Amino acid sequence: MLSRTADNLYWIARYMERADTVARLLEVGSRISLLPSAQGYRSEWDSLLQATGMAHAFAAKYGDPVQRNIESFLFFDRDNPSSVASCITAARENGRIVRTALTTQVWDALNTAFQELRQLERAERSTLELSRLTDWTMRHAAMLRGAIDATLLRDDGFNFLNIGYYLERGDNTARLMDVKYYVLLPRVDFVGSGLDNYQWSTLLRAMGAQRAFHWAYGGEVTSAKIADFLIRNPQSPRSLATCTAGLVNHLGRIAKAYGRETRAQDCARALLAGIEGTTVDMIFEEGLHEFLTRYITESATLATAIHDSYLSGEMR
Amino acid sequence: MRLTVDHLTSYRYDVPVRSVVQSHRLTPSAFAGQKVIDWEVTVTGGVRGASHRDGAGDVVQGWTIAGPVEEVAVQVRGTVETEDLAGVLRGHRESVAPDCYLRETAPTRIDVALAALAASASGSDCLALAHALSLAVSDAIAYRPGVTHAHTTAAEALALGEGVCQDHAHALIALARARGVPARYVSGYLFATEDGTPHEAAHAWAELHIPGLGWVGFDPANRCCPDDRYIRLGSGFDAQDAAPIRGVARGAAVEEMDVRVAVLQSAQ
Amino acid sequence: MGQFNEMYQGTEVRAPYARLQDWVATMPEELRSLKQAEAEALFRRIGITFAVYGEGGDPDRLIPFDMFPRVFSGTEWARLERGIKQRARALNAFLVDVYGRGEIIRAGRIPAHLVYRNEAYEKAVVGFVPPKGVYSHIVGVDIVRTGPDQFYVLEDNCRTPSGVSYMLESREIMMRMFPDLFRENRIEPVDTYSEKLRRTLASVAPAKCKGEPTVVILTPGHFNSAYYEHSLLADLMGVELVEGQDLFVEGEYVWMRTTEGPQRVDVIYRRIDDAFLDPLCFRPDSMLGIPGLMDVYRSGGVSICSAPGAGVADDKAVYTYVPDMVRFYLGEEPILQNVPTWQCGREEDLKHVLANLPDLVVKEVHGSGGYGMLVGPKASKDEIERFRAKLVEDPANYIAQPTLALSTVPTFVEEGVAPRHVDLRPYCLVGERIELVPGGLTRVALKEGSLVVNSSQGGGVKDTWVLAE
Repeated sequence: MLSRTADNLYWIARYMERADTVARLLEVGSRISLLPSAQGYRSEWDSLLQATGMAHAFAAKYGDPVQRNIESFLFFDRDNPSSVASCITAARENGRIVRTALTTQVWDALNTAFQELRQLERAERSTLELSRLTDWTMRHAAMLRGAIDATLLRDDGFNFLNIGYYLERGDNTARLMDVKYYVLLPRVDFVGSGLDNYQWSTLLRAMGAQRAFHWAYGGEVTSAKIADFLIRNPQSPRSLATCTAGLVNHLGRIAKAYGRETRAQDCARALLAGIEGTTVDMIFEEGLHEFLTRYITESATLATAIHDSYLSGEMR
Repeated sequence: MRLTVDHLTSYRYDVPVRSVVQSHRLTPSAFAGQKVIDWEVTVTGGVRGASHRDGAGDVVQGWTIAGPVEEVAVQVRGTVETEDLAGVLRGHRESVAPDCYLRETAPTRIDVALAALAASASGSDCLALAHALSLAVSDAIAYRPGVTHAHTTAAEALALGEGVCQDHAHALIALARARGVPARYVSGYLFATEDGTPHEAAHAWAELHIPGLGWVGFDPANRCCPDDRYIRLGSGFDAQDAAPIRGVARGAAVEEMDVRVAVLQSAQ
Repeated sequence: MGQFNEMYQGTEVRAPYARLQDWVATMPEELRSLKQAEAEALFRRIGITFAVYGEGGDPDRLIPFDMFPRVFSGTEWARLERGIKQRARALNAFLVDVYGRGEIIRAGRIPAHLVYRNEAYEKAVVGFVPPKGVYSHIVGVDIVRTGPDQFYVLEDNCRTPSGVSYMLESREIMMRMFPDLFRENRIEPVDTYSEKLRRTLASVAPAKCKGEPTVVILTPGHFNSAYYEHSLLADLMGVELVEGQDLFVEGEYVWMRTTEGPQRVDVIYRRIDDAFLDPLCFRPDSMLGIPGLMDVYRSGGVSICSAPGAGVADDKAVYTYVPDMVRFYLGEEPILQNVPTWQCGREEDLKHVLANLPDLVVKEVHGSGGYGMLVGPKASKDEIERFRAKLVEDPANYIAQPTLALSTVPTFVEEGVAPRHVDLRPYCLVGERIELVPGGLTRVALKEGSLVVNSSQGGGVKDTWVLAE
């Protein structure tokens, strides 16, 4: 397949998954801000922005992190390349370019999201509840995902789409956990406090994984259980283990189809081995933040390897 | 005259580029005035593409160089036996209609001053007119390197009153076309004269289409018609169209080019 | 002025439209608006939209679709088909000739300067004969009708005529919305176009290509107004849709960048202009092209469709001579007539044009898309005077034609059904054989009385039917 087509497919997935995460982030933020806290609700929003690396851009445009502005910034703002609107537009544009590599259902899912987005943008803001916006985003992300799974040929294009999904999702899970652990909790002695546990629950809820978590672990919500669930548990749909295994699987299929391996397969296997070979104790010994930072860095290295080996068109 | 050519063009990139593609017109034209004894073009790291003879009779050869590329050296070496045909391109096989060369291009676009200069020349027949036009260019534009550049137009060079062989050729082409005479740009080599007259070894001149004679070369830079000191490579509407080497590098690098040419008389 | 209505002759319904009489008469008002909305939704859903250069506004604007079909009888079509194929053959013979020996010019049948000094005449391909001697592989012939048997060719499009996606999608949508109509009328299918196109392109693969040729469509990119069409055709043919950056030259061939490494390309159906094809041969600043492509092309390593240089045959000044081409190369009388045309570059013609401006249509020789033209009968005094000045300034840049009484076809409008002017662009495929799908793009001027059918000027499209005999 054309390298540029593979690149477009990969980015459709990454952008759509990113839109989904930003919506979830908005939900986390708005829930956490409902809780009384030492610093007042504003600092939590600020922490969220910092965690996503968007604090500077936000401050430059809006100043104080007022919830309504944050909603505008994270959902509607076209100047923010990570806003839901930017991501959906970019995903749809990538889709338009490779229209021929998509089924009608997949294109419909992308295009409908885009057309509805344009209606939302025209609507009176006071009529738009935040929960409606976040639900809307997650619904469309899920519809696209469903259309891909239900209708797309299991060829290399399908694999590149999935690689985009897993890469983005793993990265996002790591970042969301890091926000919670490193940024949200004001001081280290809050670990294990009611606030700590409430924040973890909210995070789980945002990831749509609260029930799954309780089924799998039961009892108290502790940071150790959550770390296990979101990092090591292969049953958890957003865990680093699941995402990385997905990458190994789809890269493996490509290597098999093309009859040769590249650096990308090595990178992915090493990343998976790092997760499978660790325990929650080892993670906390290293420091959760340090562990997550390392994962994010290595995942970026893998992304580069995938780009160089398949998407750039430079391989011989 | 037996002339040997040693022509090295090197390109250097400040950061490696992903690939380089070139198109060469570096083969001496096949006509009665010159016979190739031996001729070789090499490109460091280059893969030779297919070659063809185009409608104007030039041999065009493609080259590709796979990256990363930091430097490309195009080396031309060869020997040509030349004969003085007083500028007439006799026995040259080509199929482009001369009328095609009445078309204007950006560097040969006529302006008021060029039109006036064209009108000032006269001759009893087309050949005499061509000589007069060539002389008019020689008189109007003095040879002086460094005042003009690759994209200087004929109109600009005339306004300056100075330029190099490329400017002379462009100006003559503009004048000829203004008088309804098909004209084209020719690139090639010029043998170094021993008396130290300023010249450029990698040279350019113009050809005008004269009824009854066909294409005839005129070199306003040297106030003469090409003789056995000249080696003809290829032609085009203007300098860019007739360039011996055209190339594109893939990547965001600054290119530095260096050209060294030696044309000597062979001891046989 | 008597306008030919393709459906009604007086109160009589012409035979090809017989079954549409009931259809439209019995269609309830609500159903009509419902169907119209459905059609629009379908068009938007499949993503077929039209962006007009330089107009700004909505880049996803729909081109209006009119549900009332335009119908030809089998006999009418048979004659059109012969005329179009004849023209396509003559145009290709002309191209081979002017890049070869130029017999038609030597014979004095067409002035040398119109060809050799033409910007579209490419010196770079002189002396080269493309595979099967075909320069223009898709010839779009714009035809208007003024009476039952009066068809005129307005212009030829030999480079990369667009609009075929509208022919295909209009049919899809009509079949979806009105299946009964297709049961009642025996309508020739048009969906064979993509397979015929693929076969045509494959048939002109270079001699160096062994086995099944790899065909690609080269697009300027997804910002181009015709991008939807490029991607639709790629999809229907099952070939890759590439941009210049996806291709590269190495050695004697052109290669495509794929996830499995380089793959050789044999035939390029390009939808970009000559000037942008290869920065080493044409515009050095082109970012859309493939450096070195022309060297590979000239040495027979790849085929380019349409062949570089094909544009010299569809120049509006050269157009005047197409009937002469038919006689010169084919020894036949032209089946389709040209619209009488005055070349403003000729003194006598100019005199006539200046004296009759209010009755004439004046066009720029190199213009397209309905821009830079004067429709005399519709123009204000001011506009006419402004055009007069332009004509005097640069007469050779203009041609003029009489205002033809274009035929009309019933069209759904605000108030119900009313006649609107139409033209027709069929797409003739030229490769190893010459083929024509029974149908084409019918453009309709939606404004009452308007003769301008260009989509950039408020035109719409209709499904075009050819009835099986």
